[in-house]
Amino acid sequence: MDSLYLAWRYLAFNKLRTATLVICVTLIAILPLALQVLLAESERQLLARAGSTPLLLGARGSALDLAMNALYFADETPELISMAADEAIATSGLAMPIPLYVRFQARRFPIVGTTLDYFGFRGLRIAQGRQLALLGECVIGADVAERLGIGVGDSLLSSPEALFDLAGVYPLKMQVVGVLARAHSADDRAVFVDLKTAWVVQGLVHGHEDVTRGEDSSVIIDRTQDNVVASARLVEYTEITADNIDSFHFHGSPDSYPLSAMIVVPNDDKAGTLLRGRYLGSEPPYQLAVPKTVIEGLLATIFRIKEVLDAVILIVAVATVLALVLVFALSLRLRQREIQTVFHIGGSRSTIARLLAAEIVIILLAAALLCALGITVMQPFSDELVRVLFIA
Amino acid sequence: MIRIETLTFSYPGAEFTLNVPDFRIEPQEKVAVIGPSGSGKTTLLNLVAGILVPQQGRVLCADTEVSALDDPARRAFRISNIGFVFQDFELLDYLNVLDNIIHPYRISSALQLNVDVRTRASELARQMDIGDKLRRRVDHLSQGEKQRVAICRALLPQPDLVLADEATGNLDPRNKGQILGLLFDSVAAHGATLLAVTHDHELLPHFDRVVDFNDFRSDAP
Repeated sequence: MDSLYLAWRYLAFNKLRTATLVICVTLIAILPLALQVLLAESERQLLARAGSTPLLLGARGSALDLAMNALYFADETPELISMAADEAIATSGLAMPIPLYVRFQARRFPIVGTTLDYFGFRGLRIAQGRQLALLGECVIGADVAERLGIGVGDSLLSSPEALFDLAGVYPLKMQVVGVLARAHSADDRAVFVDLKTAWVVQGLVHGHEDVTRGEDSSVIIDRTQDNVVASARLVEYTEITADNIDSFHFHGSPDSYPLSAMIVVPNDDKAGTLLRGRYLGSEPPYQLAVPKTVIEGLLATIFRIKEVLDAVILIVAVATVLALVLVFALSLRLRQREIQTVFHIGGSRSTIARLLAAEIVIILLAAALLCALGITVMQPFSDELVRVLFIA
Repeated sequence: MIRIETLTFSYPGAEFTLNVPDFRIEPQEKVAVIGPSGSGKTTLLNLVAGILVPQQGRVLCADTEVSALDDPARRAFRISNIGFVFQDFELLDYLNVLDNIIHPYRISSALQLNVDVRTRASELARQMDIGDKLRRRVDHLSQGEKQRVAICRALLPQPDLVLADEATGNLDPRNKGQILGLLFDSVAAHGATLLAVTHDHELLPHFDRVVDFNDFRSDAP
């Protein structure tokens, strides 16, 4: 106990040296620990979401991009598919299609265009307000509501894709009609809209004054019996209200409208197998991916990288430990006078050994405490860190 | 209390050799050692304390042949039986005054640190006029105050033998008499023996006997 006290006094007296040693040990210990926590959390998050999603339909290309966009609403948008794919799945009678269009953002949160089936499929519950009913409405995840400080009755602007494109689509002002209960998943950080609203955001579905009536002739460039050509002066509505909702309309066939992916929920295992067989080979323009397999592949890569990182950290740790041993050895030289004093008074070599051991124990304990504190502080943010590091 | 038998000591590679003829110091005797600088006075104290080991001759303390003990045994003997006031104090900067005074108790299982010891340390510090500085770090003390702390540390275990190397060297004349008085009182109160090195000839009348080192030193050819 006295050795611990003397060691403590010495370490407290040499604050800078002690702090440096503690920080060195802490960093060496916390790096692999934090990495382990993050990887465990990422594995949990990624697999939980992927495991609950049977199949994903998307354009041929990277199955990983498809899964990351459809499951976690990652920024990277995969090659788009059309609504015709949805129709094909629906008419097959083998599965329920849940279309997704994840391409746009509102104040840095992804706008997820989908159908009401998505909410039932994910088990999402409305905590405040109501479900989507009209064009231009949105339901927001718990994190969106919390971070933006908005709720039912507020509005949310979509972010334009190209800020300086004056001819581009203007932001859409969406009405928040519901807030989802926390689901501890990517859904907490999403703004859900009906598919058609997502297309409005893109400008594929739009609303404006009725040019066929010809009330303002200055916007009409050409008029025939079948067609009216309007100029750029024609103002498109940037908010969908009860007054203008009827003016919103499609141009072209809705079957050609884009989707980023489609969740495919087979009726049973056999239906799933049949469907997968249909989308195998090089002919179909689509791929039907099993998200769990895709994410397991990603995790295998991450863990291979982790093994390399572990090896690097181990080498750095050995170098640091050697440096610490050197610091202690040099400090013994610097402390010769103090050690001589202990000897002169009558202290033994074991006294010195105990003092040094006590100093090491205190430094290790302090580093362990800092590590525990660091991990504890990091834990609540691990969800966000995983998203930033592995998903976004 | 102390018996020295034809002692010879020289530092490795040095030309200086200390030769001390047979002499004895009786229990409770107060002996002053004088001599010019470099004559080996401090070396003699270190030999008596077992910090140094003579090449020839014997040093006996309280019937224990200190010079024949191995290193761990000499340390154990020293901490249990000898209080040493070092010339350069040998205090630990990272400890406060009280912790320096009770330091021997913290590093030896032979000495038991308890409330009585702490009370005695405080009382000793008060007598040495540093009672109000017990929580102060020693690197914030004056030389005189450090010397008092060193004396307190040597006296606290109530050793049979007190070795003092210029114990009043850093004190002003007024405090010198006071501290020496306290040192003598404490030594007398516990029936201890005092062997003190000093340059101050004014202090010599206070000692029972004076040993002049001019008689011991010889230089190697």
